[in-house]
Amino acid sequence: MTSKTIKVNYLARVEGEGGLSVKIKGNQVTDLQLNIFEPPRFFEAFLRGRRYDEAPDITARICGICPVAYQMSATHAMENAFGVTVGGPLRALRRLLYCGEWIESHTLHIYLLHAPDFLGFPDAIHMAKAHPGVLERGLQLKKIGNQIVSLVGGREIHPINVKVGGFYKAPTKAELYTLYEPLQWAMDAARETVRWVAALPFPALERDYEFVALRHSDEYPFNEGRLVSSHGMDIAIADYEEHFVEEHVPYSNALHSRLKQRGAYLVGPLARYSLNFDRLTPAAQEAARAAGLAEVCRNPFKSIVVRSVELLYACEEALRIIRAYEYPDVAAEAIQPHAGIGHGLTEAPRGILYHRYCIDDQGVITEAKIVPPTSQNQKAIEADLRELIGKNVDLARQPLTWLCEQAIRNYDPCISCATHFLKLQIEPG
Amino acid sequence: MVSKRKPKLAVWKFASCDGCQLSLLDCEDELLSLVGRVEIANFAEASRAVIRGPYDLSLVEGSITTPHDAERIQRVRRDSKRLIVIGACATAGGIQALRNFQDVKEFVSIVYATPDYIATLDKSTPIAAHVPVDFELRGCPVNKKQLLELISALLSGRKPNIPAYSVCVECKQRGTVCVMVARGEPCMGPVTQAGCGALCPSYVRGCYGCFGPMENPNVESLTAEWRHRGVQAPDVVRALRSFNAYAEPFRRESEAHDQ
Repeated sequence: MTSKTIKVNYLARVEGEGGLSVKIKGNQVTDLQLNIFEPPRFFEAFLRGRRYDEAPDITARICGICPVAYQMSATHAMENAFGVTVGGPLRALRRLLYCGEWIESHTLHIYLLHAPDFLGFPDAIHMAKAHPGVLERGLQLKKIGNQIVSLVGGREIHPINVKVGGFYKAPTKAELYTLYEPLQWAMDAARETVRWVAALPFPALERDYEFVALRHSDEYPFNEGRLVSSHGMDIAIADYEEHFVEEHVPYSNALHSRLKQRGAYLVGPLARYSLNFDRLTPAAQEAARAAGLAEVCRNPFKSIVVRSVELLYACEEALRIIRAYEYPDVAAEAIQPHAGIGHGLTEAPRGILYHRYCIDDQGVITEAKIVPPTSQNQKAIEADLRELIGKNVDLARQPLTWLCEQAIRNYDPCISCATHFLKLQIEPG
Repeated sequence: MVSKRKPKLAVWKFASCDGCQLSLLDCEDELLSLVGRVEIANFAEASRAVIRGPYDLSLVEGSITTPHDAERIQRVRRDSKRLIVIGACATAGGIQALRNFQDVKEFVSIVYATPDYIATLDKSTPIAAHVPVDFELRGCPVNKKQLLELISALLSGRKPNIPAYSVCVECKQRGTVCVMVARGEPCMGPVTQAGCGALCPSYVRGCYGCFGPMENPNVESLTAEWRHRGVQAPDVVRALRSFNAYAEPFRRESEAHDQ
């Protein structure tokens, strides 16, 4: 029986440091490890003893790609602990800020990190030479996402304007309208993006995922809703830890999350889309149908199409919010900290991001738990790879390695996010 | 670097959030002209292609927190003609340097649940603690305009224009009302290096020190003023211990208030 190994020492075009090793005997995968060697940074340890209002700024530093997601989950968790609800224009501004992050992050992934895989290029710069104009469109879209985050948040990476209760300063309607024309262009560019990615060649793979995502009574989800799954789970976010558990495996610095009852599950664009198709705008639904997507999508390689549909949705939603915006009476709701436990769960670009904090009567954090999307998807990534390799075992090592890398990049994995906790072994420095 | 060959640019990551190297990809208007001037030889976040060293210019993000990374930075230094460190992790140890203030035994008792598979050093240290560096660009994250200025200055062999004065100067340039004088907000601006454009005060909040200590800061005088205004010692310590906690002037002053 022939045996073969696939080894990727340093995965490119993902956020953070990871590798892959696979052992194959005959047509059986005998061992498969997604190695995450990104050094742990122990956020949950040093959040202890920090004040509640520091959590949005500190947790943002877990990830430079999706700091808004950390700020949103942290602020909602704190407000949950203190019994405060943020509504009206402040709530709308938070959605707008999240639209900016989705546009920026999704575009980065579609154009710079993922599309080159489908077209056989090592990176977007090489792709740009053969496909003139495409990368320019992607960069312009990404810039508009960043402009939203900068305007509402103060700057594109690690925004400074997000506060427990709302914002430090609310933008005026006139300031928001400076984004209006760029966003109208972005709507068209996003439609064009959906068309462009729909024509890419997709490797065949249909997986029987359990999708997990937020679901809101009438919106495509960002910050609020119940946590639902395609297998009938429907829970309040405060019950998250009753249903999910994290495990440590020897070859990874990130914990693996699983459903206590059923094991692996999937979060992120495919899950959000498949559980919330009816919450998309007619324009986004139409673009999805025209791209050949059904209302449920189980081919992980098509996540690039789903991301593009979400990109279109985020542009349209941002325009709607700007049109409806009224300058708020206060930039933030008043907060009276007291002892309590707060839960927050929001839809980061890569899927659900869960925060839980225990706060003492002085408003100081005594315990923190953070579960990012990539640690929740690790089991699904490994299962995808096993099935994919089983189907393509006759490929030569090089194209098979490429296919595996591409399958990992389907997840837009954020390894910096996934590795921030954990037990450690101290060696004298 | 006047030769016809394009200079080779490499980007390296150590313990960090990826945000500072993302700043390079966030230069949407300048990215394509930048890649026209340099050869991207090693940039894992952007490309699968890797060109062997030596590299004319290496940008290093992140701090040193593992025995493996302590060795890896030596190799990066050997392969790099010039080595520039970018961001608070690389210049000061970053937010993960908060571990440096914990008693190691106590820290272990909080986090160390089972004897596991992870090796980590007991301190998070800046790159300059391990190898000589040619320039330190501050910020959490770095300012992308400063990053472009630094790269183009190095490519054309001139001195980069990166001021070392305080955030207060930028506030005055913008005409922002002082949040400490007018609103009594504790602000790190008087001791923090400029570079962000005095962002936080323009959003009506005190500076929280992303760019680390300015040249010769008088931190003691600032904290005395805060205490005079009623800020409690634990909050003084928290303010000094954030993203540049292990930078010497902030570290020393936080220890003076930490009982």
